[in-house]
Amino acid sequence: MKFSGFKVFKEAVTGHKGWKPLWRNPEPKKSYDIIIVGGGGHGLATAYHLAATYGLKNIAVLEKSWLGSGNIGRNTTIIRSNYLLPGNQPFYEFSMKLWESQEQDLNFNSMVSQRSIINLCHTDAQRDAYRRRGNAMHLSGAGGTLLSQADLREMVPFLNFDNARFPIKGALMQKRAGTARHDGVAWGYARAADMRGVDLIQNCEVTGFRIEDGKMLGVETSCGYIGSEKVGVAVAGSSSRVMSMAGMRLPIESHVLQAFVSEGLKPTIPGVITFGAGHFYVSQSDKGGLVFGGDIDGYNSYAQRGNLPVVEDVVEGGMALMPMIGRARLLRSWGGIMDMSMDGSPIIDRTHIDGLYLNAGWCYGGFKATPASGYCFAHLLATDTPHETATAYRLDRFARGYVIDEKGVGAQPNLH
Amino acid sequence: MLIPHPLLGLRDAQEFTYYGDAALMDRPDPSAETAEADFCDYVFLRDNPAGVHRELWFHEQGDRSWLVVTRNTVTHEILSAELATDVKSRGAK
Repeated sequence: MKFSGFKVFKEAVTGHKGWKPLWRNPEPKKSYDIIIVGGGGHGLATAYHLAATYGLKNIAVLEKSWLGSGNIGRNTTIIRSNYLLPGNQPFYEFSMKLWESQEQDLNFNSMVSQRSIINLCHTDAQRDAYRRRGNAMHLSGAGGTLLSQADLREMVPFLNFDNARFPIKGALMQKRAGTARHDGVAWGYARAADMRGVDLIQNCEVTGFRIEDGKMLGVETSCGYIGSEKVGVAVAGSSSRVMSMAGMRLPIESHVLQAFVSEGLKPTIPGVITFGAGHFYVSQSDKGGLVFGGDIDGYNSYAQRGNLPVVEDVVEGGMALMPMIGRARLLRSWGGIMDMSMDGSPIIDRTHIDGLYLNAGWCYGGFKATPASGYCFAHLLATDTPHETATAYRLDRFARGYVIDEKGVGAQPNLH
Repeated sequence: MLIPHPLLGLRDAQEFTYYGDAALMDRPDPSAETAEADFCDYVFLRDNPAGVHRELWFHEQGDRSWLVVTRNTVTHEILSAELATDVKSRGAK
């Protein structure tokens, strides 16, 4: 089933009776050439690229719940490539380019909307830091514009420019950044992978690995043993739990990050606005709700829900930035479990076990990385070499001293 | 979350700063043959369990003591709290 304007029109006049499920629901086979553990955004994107880009067959994705039931369905939908460090920025720009062609590639409306991102600054030092970051972005072709206060007053007049503690002096803008429909991204990759023969197996939890002489043989699951000499794990939030079954300890702590959405409002906020000093960022969904968030709660958690002090802190940040939202009511809040890594950057690498590969440590930046993460992980699984934009995401970089620490806070995961 | 401080009773977790796994109290021996690998594990690797977790909280806006809090990371239930100095001296005996 291919989506097109014509198909939508035809279904509209024939009572919408011709739509079919987007993917099959197959029984697992006895063995596969490659198994991806985790049917979230990154796992599904990996399976899609293995099939579509690297032409591989006999692939399965094992998901313990339903597809897209983790962080791909629990984030604030922002896509951007405005990083600083050379190990990160080319990767995120590669991801941005994949976002730009995603809907055509997948034949699925993931509602990619390049409505820009604005990072506000309040001091000369911050402006200098953003100028440097903007230049780093230009080096990777991502673009970036430094905005003055006058520019901002025209674009986003509702901000509290004269806040006594954090007066707004300017901003770094990336015009190509924006938002995408998070669930749609998972569904689009799932459908595209399924169409290329990937078996998407839901409600099938991996309970152990069968490893002999340091070689991967297959996985024990709640639906029986499934053989595969190559297993890729993409289960951000639960990486430590899953990899502990292979006897590994990871440079990761799991933390809860909350996000919020207000009632639907008329169009107010043009793009994404981030207020780093107050730990608040916001965009407006196509339905009109303000989608916003702030800091992680800061303690190890697997609970998928946070506590009230952070709710208060985030909302205070919002009120400081744009007092006009004080009358809007909060509709929902939720929490997702983040793989907070020791340097704030992800891991896409082989492990010391032959045939076991790891994609983890996305902190709270995993959504924007989904396309490139899938592409690069598929590249690693298919060729056994890292993709050129992901060469820095090695698991041994901590031991070797090549950490990629954007924020410069060291091995303290709750500060990244 | 309320943390049952052994000296001050129930205190709001907001008064505390979270540090991490209580295993961080046991620094490796810097003069050991394997010190480099030991310190790499100590600084970067974590057990990160889903379930009962012993962890360090600093009562920064209180009496500035370090506590070892035993907490369930799946339910956020706090099971116990002890002074880190007590835990340390008990371990030394």
